[in-house]
Amino acid sequence: MIETQNLSFAYHSDDEDAATAEKVLKDINLKIEKGSFTAILGSNGSGKSTLAKHFNAILLPTLGKVYVKGMDTASAENIFSIRSSAGMVFQNPDNQMVAAIVEDEVAFAPENLGVEPEEIRRRVDECLEAVNMTDYASSTPSKLSGGQKQRVAIAAVLAMNPEILILDEPTAMLDPKGRSEVIKTIEKLNKENGITVVLITHYMDEAARADRVIVIDDGLVSLDGTPHEVFCNVEKLKAIGLDVPQVTLLAYELQKRGIEINKSVLTVEECFAELLRVSGGMGK
Amino acid sequence: MAEIFKDIIIGQYIPGKSPLHRLNPVVKIIFAVAYIAVLFLIDKPIPYFIFTLYTLTLVIISGINIKIILKGIRPMLWIFIFTAVLNVFMTPGETIWSVPVFSWSLKITKEGVYAGAMITVRLLYLITGTSLLTLTTSPLQLTDGIEKLLSPLKKIKVPASEIAMMMTIAIRFIPTLAEETDKIMKAQTARGADFQSGNIIKRAKAMVPLLVPLFISAFRRADELATAMEARCYVSGAKRTRMKETRFTFLDIRALIIFSVACAALIAAQHWIYL
Repeated sequence: MIETQNLSFAYHSDDEDAATAEKVLKDINLKIEKGSFTAILGSNGSGKSTLAKHFNAILLPTLGKVYVKGMDTASAENIFSIRSSAGMVFQNPDNQMVAAIVEDEVAFAPENLGVEPEEIRRRVDECLEAVNMTDYASSTPSKLSGGQKQRVAIAAVLAMNPEILILDEPTAMLDPKGRSEVIKTIEKLNKENGITVVLITHYMDEAARADRVIVIDDGLVSLDGTPHEVFCNVEKLKAIGLDVPQVTLLAYELQKRGIEINKSVLTVEECFAELLRVSGGMGK
Repeated sequence: MAEIFKDIIIGQYIPGKSPLHRLNPVVKIIFAVAYIAVLFLIDKPIPYFIFTLYTLTLVIISGINIKIILKGIRPMLWIFIFTAVLNVFMTPGETIWSVPVFSWSLKITKEGVYAGAMITVRLLYLITGTSLLTLTTSPLQLTDGIEKLLSPLKKIKVPASEIAMMMTIAIRFIPTLAEETDKIMKAQTARGADFQSGNIIKRAKAMVPLLVPLFISAFRRADELATAMEARCYVSGAKRTRMKETRFTFLDIRALIIFSVACAALIAAQHWIYL
């Protein structure tokens, strides 16, 4: 679905030489599979948002290539097909809404693509249904909660019929209730509608729900694997400035004290089962 | 929403199903312009009386509570009084009452009273008419109407669609920025800033630290919004389609005929009736 080849990127002004400017992304090679749910983790300034912006041609690589569905993001004629097949949701829900009414907001992208009015209507209804916001079709976004606004933003992107959904810290400005609404919506779209999801986040519990976790540090891929594989590396994650889920930390600390526990636990249930197993007979 | 915006009704939309609500926005905008033009054309009591009847009829048809319209007029009260007083005392003509003030005398003239009354009535109906337009037309329809009206000017490179898009976004951001203003004001009040007391210059000065963060954040928002719009394939100047297309209906044709006849009758009254 998405492939990067030796992707490097530097924010540089025109008169500055690209080779000497400090690189935000350094030689990244990644392949994101169709239908997968990938979380990209990283601390502030690690380059994770910059990487995400390459996936729908908002930023173009300084060196190397990015391919979305086999299309080179650097060639101008692909830009619309890339942007409509890799939709992007941003962090601040207030700053990505154009219209004063929810359904007009969702209609914005298909209107830009020149879709016929009846088809737009159909897509708008379908997308609002998919994020469970049908009841709010004619309300104004300013009266919605953060989680609801962000779900509208997701619907607004879905209206382009994308195969890939890129979310750049969509829950960073939300309260716990809004966060869980948004994450549930994303999981549903991935599992039921088969949409490839790339979730940029710095919340461990969100990343733990993905199929694959990529940790970016200082513009480099530092860890890449399933959540279990990645979160085992407690020391490395801590050195980068990221937290690990509490139960993983518990297992890690127990193992350090000589208890033979499997430290790749992510959920409370898994941890509980492991603790029972380790404590064996004496637990009862 | 912030306190400071609570009395302003211009730009507010009250959803409804009245014929005025259902009218094509293009037709409504033309009506509003014609309404204002006629209002400034007439200057005799009988035409004004007819005009009052027209306005009342429109308000009744719109189904909008007259209290809402009166609430919108309230913030303008001082402008009314100021212009009326100025007209009453400053218009030369037949003196009906005068007070000597030092070497000069303050005079009320017959013409002045008439001019004062006229300007008050004109301003009153001006606000009523424009409020009726915005109260019965959603911002989106309004921008759509403006875009349609400007579209012939596309030939001379007037960016009609872009103007409409700018207006849509501006309307969309009014509540967001009002909320932000409120937040900054509260944050600064918490740190001892005073927006309430002092003379007008002092209060204006107190606004500067309010406007600076507001502008900075507005620019940041604009930047993010532009990226989000580009991510959804917006290109300025490109041809877009619309989900909600406005069509001319039989209602619009009937309204156009009735309105034209009414205007013609009024102009005739102004022209041929002495009073």
